[in-house]
Amino acid sequence: MNFSEVFKQSNQLCKVSPDGKYLATCVQYRLVVRDVSTLQILQLYTCLDQISHMDWSSDSLFILCAMYKRGLVQVWSLEQPDWHCKIDEGSIGLVSSRWSPDGRHILNTTEFHLRVTVWSLCTKAVSYIKYPKACQKGIDFSRDGCYMALAERRDCKDYVSVFVCDDWHLLRHFETETQDLAGLEWSPNGCVLAVWDSCLEYKVLLYSLDGRLLSAYSAYEWSLGVKSVTWSPNSQFLAIGSYDEKVRILNHITWKKITQFEHPSSINNTKAVVYKEVEKRTAVGSDDLSLHITIGTALYNTRSKYEICPSPVQIPVVKPDPDRANPKIGVSSLAFSSDSRYLATKNDNMASVVWVWDMQKMSLVAVLEQTSAVRCFQWDPCRPRLALCTGNTTLYLWSPAGCVSVQVPTEGGFQVQSLNWHRSGDSLMLLGKEQLCLCYMDTDQEDKSLGCSFCLPS
Amino acid sequence: MSKTSYCAYLTGFISPEVKDTCSSSVECRSPPLIQFSQSSVPLHRNYILSTFCTEHNVQECLSHINQEVSSLGLPPVWTESSGSSEMNVMAVLNCMYDLIQLHHRGLRTLENMEVEQLKSSSNVDHLQRTSTQLKEQLELSKRGNTGLLERERQLHLKVKSLQNCLKNEKDEVQKLQNIIASRASQYNHEMKRKEREFTKLKERLNQLLVDKKEKKQAIDVLNNIGRADGKRSLWKTQKTEAKHEGEMYKTLLSDYDTRQREMLLENAELKKVLQQIKKEMVSILSLRKPIRKDDKHPDAGIQADSEDEEQVFDSSKESVGLFSVHAREKLTNSIRLQWRRLKSHVERLDSQASLAQMGENKTDDAISRETHEEEMDRLKLEIQPCKDFIQTQQQLLQQQLSSPCDEETTSLLSNCYMLQERERFREEWKTLEKQRNLFERERRNCTEAAIRLSHERKAFEDDRAVWLKHQFLNLSPFADLRKPQMSKSKSCFLISETESSASSAPEKLIKCRSDTTSPTPRCVPLTSASTADMHRTVCLVPEKRYVVFICTNHDMPVTNAALVVCYELFMLIFYFQINQTKWKD
Repeated sequence: MNFSEVFKQSNQLCKVSPDGKYLATCVQYRLVVRDVSTLQILQLYTCLDQISHMDWSSDSLFILCAMYKRGLVQVWSLEQPDWHCKIDEGSIGLVSSRWSPDGRHILNTTEFHLRVTVWSLCTKAVSYIKYPKACQKGIDFSRDGCYMALAERRDCKDYVSVFVCDDWHLLRHFETETQDLAGLEWSPNGCVLAVWDSCLEYKVLLYSLDGRLLSAYSAYEWSLGVKSVTWSPNSQFLAIGSYDEKVRILNHITWKKITQFEHPSSINNTKAVVYKEVEKRTAVGSDDLSLHITIGTALYNTRSKYEICPSPVQIPVVKPDPDRANPKIGVSSLAFSSDSRYLATKNDNMASVVWVWDMQKMSLVAVLEQTSAVRCFQWDPCRPRLALCTGNTTLYLWSPAGCVSVQVPTEGGFQVQSLNWHRSGDSLMLLGKEQLCLCYMDTDQEDKSLGCSFCLPS
Repeated sequence: MSKTSYCAYLTGFISPEVKDTCSSSVECRSPPLIQFSQSSVPLHRNYILSTFCTEHNVQECLSHINQEVSSLGLPPVWTESSGSSEMNVMAVLNCMYDLIQLHHRGLRTLENMEVEQLKSSSNVDHLQRTSTQLKEQLELSKRGNTGLLERERQLHLKVKSLQNCLKNEKDEVQKLQNIIASRASQYNHEMKRKEREFTKLKERLNQLLVDKKEKKQAIDVLNNIGRADGKRSLWKTQKTEAKHEGEMYKTLLSDYDTRQREMLLENAELKKVLQQIKKEMVSILSLRKPIRKDDKHPDAGIQADSEDEEQVFDSSKESVGLFSVHAREKLTNSIRLQWRRLKSHVERLDSQASLAQMGENKTDDAISRETHEEEMDRLKLEIQPCKDFIQTQQQLLQQQLSSPCDEETTSLLSNCYMLQERERFREEWKTLEKQRNLFERERRNCTEAAIRLSHERKAFEDDRAVWLKHQFLNLSPFADLRKPQMSKSKSCFLISETESSASSAPEKLIKCRSDTTSPTPRCVPLTSASTADMHRTVCLVPEKRYVVFICTNHDMPVTNAALVVCYELFMLIFYFQINQTKWKD
C-alpha cells in the first residue's frame, strides 16, 4: 500500500472525474485539476468566490463550481480552458446545484425551495419546475440518466413527478400515499422508485416507472420510522434502516420482507467475527504477533490493530437523549458491496461499530468495533472490500479474508475524515480537514511492509 | 403356686373383709400402694410392736391365724380335732415357710410392679412432654397459618388495589391517547394552514423576485456547447411525447422480459432438480419393491400409478414436461406421491430401528456393548488371516491356471481330491460301524435281560404255586408269616442278580437307598458320558416296600425289548408289594 503526498483542499471538495482520469480539488476560490496517475496539475481555474460545491459532468468534460452565498454557479471546461460559463441566480438565492445526467444542463434549487431552475448550456434556455419539496432526498436521477424523479408538495399533499431528462418532458405525475414524503430513490435498473415517508411514520412505497403503486411496506406504527433506504446494486434487495435499530430487507418480486438484521448490544453469534480495534502506545512489540513495523519517524507511537474477540462481545452503547429531536439512534448508514453480496450498516447509538452482513446467508459476517466513532465507510466499486475511517490517522479496510488497519504515513497528523474509492478500486482518496492524500492499493496482495496490522479470521 | 392362687392371695390381702378381721393391724388400714412401697419397714415395726398375741388370747389368736391361713388356702396350723392345744410345730413351721414364701413372692411381684410403675410413669411423663410439645407446635403452626392468612388477605387487597390502579392507568392511557389523537388532528390542521400560508408566501416571493428588475437571473456562456450525443434538441410535440411513452414502456418491458427469462431459467433448473429427485426416489423405491411385495394393497396401487407416470416422464418427453401445464402437474403429483411413500418407508425404517434399539438395550443387560465390540474385534482379527489365506489360495489357483498344466497334474489333483474324499468316507464308515456294534450289544443285553426275566417269572410262578399249595394245605396263620419273608428275600436276591448282570453292560444301573419314608417314588437322574441310551435308577426302600423306578434318557429311543423287560420287572415288584400288604393284613 502506497500513499501519495498530501495536497491542500478546502471544504472537502475533491472529486475524481467519472472517467477516472482527473482529480479536481478546490482550494478556497481556486479549482485545481490534476492527472490522477501523475498528480500533475493540468488546469487551474479561479472562481469568483469561495467554492461551496463542485461537481464533474457525466462526460468528465465540465466542472461545476457553485458559490451558494453569492447565488452563483461557474462552469469550466477541461478541453477549452478559456471557455467559461456563469449562472447567476440573482436575489432568489441558491441552495443546491447539480448536473443533469447528460452533462449539458444544470439544475439549481433556489432558496426556500421556491423552484428548480434548469439551465441549458446548449441553448441557454431556462426552465422552471415549481413546488419542489424540501426534504432529505427530493431529486433522484435514474442510473441510466433517462429519468428524473422529483418530490413535490402541492396543497399539502405529496406528489412525484417523473421527467424525461432528455428534454425535461413531464412523463408522469402522481400523488403518493405519504404523510410527509422524506425521500425517493430509483432502483439501479431504473424501473422501480422507492419512496419513503418522514421518520414520524414507517412507510416505504414502491412505484413502477409508469406511476403504478407496486407495494407499500410498513413494519410498525407510532414510533419513529425509516432512517435510511438503499438499493442493492442488482436491484434485488431494498434495505431499510430504521430508528428501531434494525435493517429490513425487502425482495424485488413480492416486495415483502425477507429478513431483518438486528443490532444487539451483545453479540452471541459465534459465526460472526468480531474485530476490535486496539490502540497500543508501546514501541515495536517484542511479543507482538501481529506485524508492527514502525516506519519513518516515530511521531505517532499510538499504533492501532485489530484483535478478534471471542463471543459474547459487549458493544458500547450511547443512550440517546429522549427529549431532543432527531435522536442518535437507529440505522443511518447502509451500503451494499458492488457485488450485492455484503451489506455494511452503522447504528447511530453504536457509532464506533460497523456491521457487515452476508446477503447470501442472510447473517452477520463481521463486526468492526473501532475506538472512536466511524465517520465514513465505502465499498470498493470492484471488490468486496470495505474502507472506513474514524477521523484519526488510520485507514481501516475489511474484506472477507480479514481486517487491516493502516497508518497514513504523513507528517503533521493527517486525520482521515472522509474517503472515496477510485472507480477502478485501485486507489482511495483520503480527505482530511484541509488536506487530501491518495492511497494506492497493491493489486496483488496487501503489502505487509508498511505500518499495517493484519487480522485474519480463524 | 399357680397363677390363680396367687391372684386369690392378692385379692384376699386387699379385700375389705380381711381388713375388718385384722382391725388391730396398722398396715392393713393404710392404702395398699403405700404399704407395698414401704413393705420392709412396717414388717420390722410389726416385729417390735407386736401386741397381737398375748398370753391370754393365744387360743383366739390361734383360731384367728388358723382362719387366716385357711383363707389363704394353706393347710391349717392347728386342728381342734386333734384335741390338744399344742400346736403342731411342723405344721406351723410349714405354714410360716409358706407364708414367707408367699411374702417373698409378694415382694418380688411388688418390686416388679414398682419397676413397671416407674416405667409406665416415666412413659406417661414422656408422653405428656411430647403432647405438650406437639401442642406447642400446633399452636405455632396455627399462629403461622393465621399469619399467612393475614398475608394472603393483604396480598388480595394489594392485588385489588393494583388492579384498580391498572384500570385507572388504562383509563388514563385511553384518555391520553384520545388527547394525543385530538392534538395530532389539531396539529395537522394547523400544519396544513401554515403550509398553505407558506405556499402563498412563496408564490408572492417568487412573483416579487421575478418582477424585480435590478438583479435578474442570468446565464453568461462564452459559446453554446453541443449536446453530449451530438444531436440537436427537438421541439416538444405530440410525437416526442409518444416517443417518450414508448421508450418508458420499452424499458419496463425489457425489465420484465429479463425477469421472466431469469425466472424461466430458475424454473428449468428447479424442474431438472425435481426430475432428478423423482428418478432417484423411483430407483430407491423400486429397490425395496421386491422385498415389500407382500405389503398392503394401497401401496401396490400407488406403485402401479407411479409406473404409469414413469412412462409419461420418459427422458425423451422431458422437454414436453417442461412446458406443458398438464405434465407439470403430473410431475409434481408424482413427486408428492413418491415423497409420501418414501417418507412412510423412512418412518417405518425408523420405527424398526428404534425397536431394534430397544431390543438391543434389553440384551445389553446380559451382554454389554463392550463385550460385543471385543467379540467383533476378535472376529475381525480372525477374518484378516482368513482373507489372507483365501487370497493366497486364489493366487495359487490363478498361478496354477495360468501355468500350462498337463493332464497328469490334473489327474493327480483329481486323485488327490478322490483320496481325500475316500478317507472321509472311511472315517464315516468307521463311526457308523461303531454305532452299529453298540446297538448290537444293547440288543444282546436286552435279550439276556428278557431271558433272565422269563427265568425269574418261571421261578416266581413256581414260588406262587408253592405258596398257594401251602395256603391250601396249611391254614395256620403263623406258618403263613414265615413264607413271605422267604419269598421277599428271594426276590431281593433276584433283583440284585439282575443288577450285577446289568452292570456289566454299558448301561448303568444305580441302586439308591431312600432314607425317607415317603411312599412317593424318588428318582435320581443321572447323566452318563457314554453313548448309552438308557439309565435306570432303582430305588429300594427296604423298610416298607420296594420301588423300582425306571428313568430313561429321553433322547434315545428305548428298544422294545428293554421296555418289555422293564415293564415286567415293574409288574413283578408290584406283585410282591400286593402280596406283602395282603400278608400284613
